[in-house]
Amino acid sequence: MKTICLYFEIHQIIHLKRYRFFDIGTDHYYYDDYENERSITDIAERSYMPALNTLQQMIQENGKAFKVAFSLSGTGIEQLEMHAPQVLEKLQELNQTGSVEFLAEPYSHGLSSLANEETFAADVKKQALKIEEYFGKKPTVLRNSSLIYSDDIGAQAAALGFKGMLTEGAKHVLGWKSPHYVYHCALAPSLKLLLRDVELSDDISLRFNNPDWDGYPLFADNYINRIAQLPEEEQVINIFMELSALGIAQPLSSNILDFIKALPACAKEKGITFSTPSEIIAKMKSVDNLNVPDTLSWVDEERDVSCWLGNPMQREAFNKLYSVADRVRIANDPRINQDWDYLQASNNFRFMTTKPSNVGLDRGIYSSPFDAFTNYMNILGDFMSRVNSLYPESIDNDELNALLTTIRNQGDEIERKDKEITRLQAKVEKMQAEEDKLHAKLDKVKEAPKKAPAKKAAPKAKKADA
Amino acid sequence: MKVLMFGWEYPPHVFGGLATANYGISEGLKAQGDIDIALCLPHPFGDEETHAARIIAMNAVPIAWRDVDYDYVRNRVGNIMDPDYYFKLRDHIYADFNYMHVNDLGAMEFAGGYPSNLHDEINNYSVIAGVVARTEEFDIIHAHDWLTYPAGIHAKQVSGKPLCIHVHATDFDRSRGKVNPTVYGIEKDGMDNADCIMCVSELTRQTVINHYHQDPRKCFTVHNAVYPLKQELQDIPRPDHTGKEKVVTFLGRITMQKGPEYFVEAANMVLQRTRNIRFCFAGSGDMMEAMIYLAAQRGIADRFHFPGFMRGKQVYECLKDSDVYVMPSVSEPFGISPLEAMQCGTPSIISKQSGCAEILNNCIKVDYWDVHALADAMYSICNNESLFRYLQEEGKKEVDQITWVKVGTWIRELYMRTLGWV
Repeated sequence: MKTICLYFEIHQIIHLKRYRFFDIGTDHYYYDDYENERSITDIAERSYMPALNTLQQMIQENGKAFKVAFSLSGTGIEQLEMHAPQVLEKLQELNQTGSVEFLAEPYSHGLSSLANEETFAADVKKQALKIEEYFGKKPTVLRNSSLIYSDDIGAQAAALGFKGMLTEGAKHVLGWKSPHYVYHCALAPSLKLLLRDVELSDDISLRFNNPDWDGYPLFADNYINRIAQLPEEEQVINIFMELSALGIAQPLSSNILDFIKALPACAKEKGITFSTPSEIIAKMKSVDNLNVPDTLSWVDEERDVSCWLGNPMQREAFNKLYSVADRVRIANDPRINQDWDYLQASNNFRFMTTKPSNVGLDRGIYSSPFDAFTNYMNILGDFMSRVNSLYPESIDNDELNALLTTIRNQGDEIERKDKEITRLQAKVEKMQAEEDKLHAKLDKVKEAPKKAPAKKAAPKAKKADA
Repeated sequence: MKVLMFGWEYPPHVFGGLATANYGISEGLKAQGDIDIALCLPHPFGDEETHAARIIAMNAVPIAWRDVDYDYVRNRVGNIMDPDYYFKLRDHIYADFNYMHVNDLGAMEFAGGYPSNLHDEINNYSVIAGVVARTEEFDIIHAHDWLTYPAGIHAKQVSGKPLCIHVHATDFDRSRGKVNPTVYGIEKDGMDNADCIMCVSELTRQTVINHYHQDPRKCFTVHNAVYPLKQELQDIPRPDHTGKEKVVTFLGRITMQKGPEYFVEAANMVLQRTRNIRFCFAGSGDMMEAMIYLAAQRGIADRFHFPGFMRGKQVYECLKDSDVYVMPSVSEPFGISPLEAMQCGTPSIISKQSGCAEILNNCIKVDYWDVHALADAMYSICNNESLFRYLQEEGKKEVDQITWVKVGTWIRELYMRTLGWV
């Protein structure tokens, strides 16, 4: 029996503002509040809310027969918290139906998986914690930013305790293999992989409203028929896209929501079900391992990381940024951490791409890749000097780490001693109290003979009086 | 196809950008294989490059009949014109121009370049063009810039052949909007009579359409190109400035059109932040003194250098010694110089108001008035090695693709369309 795994990504970056080099050292706020509010409000209104409403309706109408998965980047959640909390509330409502799964992904939507293992782990844990806070469940399946994946990243994910990971069903990796099976990571057999069906996903997210496309207009029954006609053994159809594909990339006027809404009924006719990633991972066995020595992603024709790290400018910005990764982690300063999350977002590197692409790229405030690079490097210059000013630059990371460990150990020791002191103090007090008690007793004992005669004397006296 | 072309200057005697462009266009057309060019020049010196075009010396064309013998003509103007051709031209004198200042050969003298009596020279040029047009056989007329438009019109009236005019600049660019009515009149007349208007950029094309009220259907954009650097110039070494002081260069006429004040203001901002950059302000012009004064006023004169007007090899030495080339032109019909800088491997910053911005991608484009962006771009190239290298390598690759042969192919196509041969 075939099953469709429908997954939507919710991610928006914190937009950087125009930052000139003469702002370095004087202005430590890097964000364009107006643009942040404008873009997220617009997207929430035109895409997220209508799409989520539709999905909610679909769940209500189809009961357990329809399931869907989401992942939210940390920066996306922050944007929604600030400017469109109704989206988060809606997601919580959806969560209560039990037909929705939330996945883990790096908080920053950054490229830390390519740079620094510890940063990547921290990045993922931070997001998982936030998801747990909101939806009450710890994610068990990971999807990396833009589905970036390689064997090494898979091994890291397995080490973090994830059971499965989503990635791209890229042709150059799969070759003759089909993406409609569950595979596992070559370096970590326990980590199962779900591969995106490029064609079926892009038919919706890229081409749905394109009248020049052969498949236009796309109808739900045709679409499901294509899935039903796949060979019997090919059972898992992974359809992954950004949630903003419904409404932004493909406008609502194209009736894309009606198309989505019609999917469950058509699927039911053909005996096709819907599942969440963790259900598939629990039920299905892996057919084979997947060798991915070179990193892949879901972006551009190449399906690799060239749109973020393709030219020397992008690589310089990337290397500069992650050169302070350890120091940021060691420093653990709240404001630095926040900027660190925002600056890591892969979109910042995408703005610097010089590659021609058939998918239109909105560079935001930047007029060219050089403009994007200049602006980012100015901000990075300021950020790095802030990071470096926390501790003297002359101390290298290892030394700093050692020193900080010593300080921490000393702190622990002091704490321990403090505890000891309080314990001892308590003991002393207790003993004091006991001693006092004893004294009191002793006094009593001492006094008793005196008093007793007195007492005795009194009745006697009374008696005497009598 | 035979083309009668009217030009004003030609290498190696370069007065402005027109010579380079005219040369490039001739060479590009020659490379098409089936185009013969007869190029009229007011004052050739005899050492012009004749590979691409047959040069007609307008200052040796008789417009009044003189009874002179063959040897006399050869002695007088043999270096610039074949005596047989002189007599052929003499047979086509169409009116009595003895009242004009004709010499012993019945020809008119030209000062060459851009003298103060330019308007007289333009008029004389068109009178002579009448004789040439009656003598020559050609299919189409091609006139470069407003100086030669009257000659082009005259040739068209005489021969009935279609006229193409090539707009290298308009008076709107030169004067920031305060046009000279006489010049405007000549330009407008040329455009009104033209069958095809070739503009060096879309920017210029829009000016032609909107300010000269031309039919967009006969206006076409023909972007300029560059010649590959000569080996001698390629061999000029590029000093390595890694970790040393950087040089940011402005090279061009220091006039209102080129926006020099924006360069000084942006430089001032850069120098507020870092002292590790020097600024080179090469060229001369009517705003030079004002710029020296401005630099002094900003207190950055110690980092500012005015080497003056440069020519020939000096230009390339200066470009190769620079880390950034800046052209903040307020209005630039095309602007070949950033292409030359990129050929030398120098990253360029150009204003969005330049025609060449339409075809260049691997350079930084800013609005000429946005000194913050200009300063930021200068600082970024000087401080980020990767950006410098990228612009250097990709920029060079990009301009190497912009060749006059491609321009020639496009012009030929436009000739064919104008003639109705396609």
